[in-house]
Amino acid sequence: MNTRAASPPAAAPVTGRGIAAWWQATPLTLVFVLFFLIPLGLIGMVSFWDFNEYELLPDFTVKHYLAIFEGCSNTDEMCVTFKTYLSTFKFSFLVWLITLLIGFIVSYFLAFHVRSSNVQTLLFVLCTIPFWTSNVIRMISWVPLLGRNGLVNQSLVGAGLIDTPIEWLLFSDFSVVLAFVHLYTMFMIVPIFNSMMRIDRSLIEAANDSGASAWQTLWHVIVPLCRTGIIIGSIFVITIVMGDFVTIGVMGGQQIASVGKIIQVQTSYLQFPLAAANAVILLLLVLMIIWALTRLVDIRKEL
Amino acid sequence: MSNDKRSAGFWFLALFFAAFVLFLYGPMLVIVVLSFQGPEGGLTFPLRGLSLHWFGKLAEGLGVVDIGAALKRSLGLGLAVMLLTVLFSVLAGLAFRKKLAGGNALFYVVVASLIMPSIIVSLGIGLEFRLLDTGLKWALEFLGMTSTSESYGTSLGLYTSALGAHLTWTLPFGLLIMFAVFNRFNPAFEEAARDLGATPWQALRHVVLPLIAPSVVGIGMFGFTLSWDEIARTSQAIGDVNTLPLELQGLTTTVTTPSIYALGTVTTVISLGVMVLAIGLARWLSKRQQQGKQ
Repeated sequence: MNTRAASPPAAAPVTGRGIAAWWQATPLTLVFVLFFLIPLGLIGMVSFWDFNEYELLPDFTVKHYLAIFEGCSNTDEMCVTFKTYLSTFKFSFLVWLITLLIGFIVSYFLAFHVRSSNVQTLLFVLCTIPFWTSNVIRMISWVPLLGRNGLVNQSLVGAGLIDTPIEWLLFSDFSVVLAFVHLYTMFMIVPIFNSMMRIDRSLIEAANDSGASAWQTLWHVIVPLCRTGIIIGSIFVITIVMGDFVTIGVMGGQQIASVGKIIQVQTSYLQFPLAAANAVILLLLVLMIIWALTRLVDIRKEL
Repeated sequence: MSNDKRSAGFWFLALFFAAFVLFLYGPMLVIVVLSFQGPEGGLTFPLRGLSLHWFGKLAEGLGVVDIGAALKRSLGLGLAVMLLTVLFSVLAGLAFRKKLAGGNALFYVVVASLIMPSIIVSLGIGLEFRLLDTGLKWALEFLGMTSTSESYGTSLGLYTSALGAHLTWTLPFGLLIMFAVFNRFNPAFEEAARDLGATPWQALRHVVLPLIAPSVVGIGMFGFTLSWDEIARTSQAIGDVNTLPLELQGLTTTVTTPSIYALGTVTTVISLGVMVLAIGLARWLSKRQQQGKQ
């Protein structure tokens, strides 16, 4: 101990620690450089390349971007690209709204109405377990319920409420939204619940004592204090839906267009420059949304 | 909220919560039940007897898809992803506790990877490895090794591109968990160890690691289960072979028998099994810790 205390200036250990920190962070940094930053850079680069049936041809051309927006200046009829984005935005908005409502109510119940902290943890874990199981399984698990001869139609016909089975329950916009909500409400619950658990309970008592109704406390105290959680959850849900192609594919019966699906199809035909140009546009849009949302919050303080 | 009698609001919310849980688990239960459908049964109710018939069919393989091989590939990849996620997250978590130049930038890159649409990440990695192939072939020919160049396949694969793709998805969770752990970590234990003459390595090995062990198990569980079910990031970043969830996604349009439900039951049981194992291990570790303190 004495030798340590007597050992020379603080500068040496500090650099030593700096170097230790540096090599400890290296493996993780390398993964993100190799499998995230470089690939993103390559997407940007290849989006300006040309291609034929066999290979990619280095070039600098904006024709893929032009091709994507071809016909979009036509005001009479919307072009395919705008239609696809509009449909993707529609799904994002609907799913965001529904998951936010459900996520908020569920978190509010867990955080403020469940008194025992053991029960609270148990119920919270109950909500998150499905997140660790297969998404595709969770999607196809709706088939026996919503299909033409599914449980819902059987019951409705059996009860005499309808004569012929409802067709729009499965492989439709409805089933896509339903599956998104089923899969991703968890992404709202976790951050909102986390924010709620950090609210100082005395603030709520103060609001009660000052004569605020339950609604007033909710709207003027709890909601503003959950802002961070709400924003983080919103970022997750919106970015997931914006880039999705699996859920829309499976639940839409491969009939509904989405931006992610366009990219996937173009990749499978090896039209990499086109796919890359589409990815750049999607990326810019998503970045704009995230930028707008993150300006309101510092994620690091929330952990 | 502190009065003893539950309000009407409470019951409304409790009912809402119960409905939500039913919404989460109901469909999955239906799948499990229907996977035990009798041999004459179909994709929907009614159940025509109970049997293991469709599990047997699954074991024989579905069409051209070799389920057993895909299962083994996914297990292997999941384990590799789990180990690397734990190792890299813990190391980086330790690094972030010190002065780390560029730490902020790294943090934002990690968060960006978490919220980046998976199709973009996947496309980028696929492109990267294809360009690498082109580059390698060109280099081999340039060096006059034409035969090697012709026999060269692709660098895309399970333990190259797909492994990397999975890590971009699991590592952010791992690092965020490490942040949460160290934000609540009491540095006094470490300081005490250092004051008692422990080297940094000893302090890490005998003080810090045992304290964070339960959370590290949690990171491992994230690593495995997220990899086990990953589709979007793997889709464009894997070569000729497929992982189990990718095969499963393909099967949703072609298989019209309850075999697919049997497959769903099997993968879900594996996910749940890993979770139970992880929770058990984490509890055992923290219990041992409690006993150590006494």
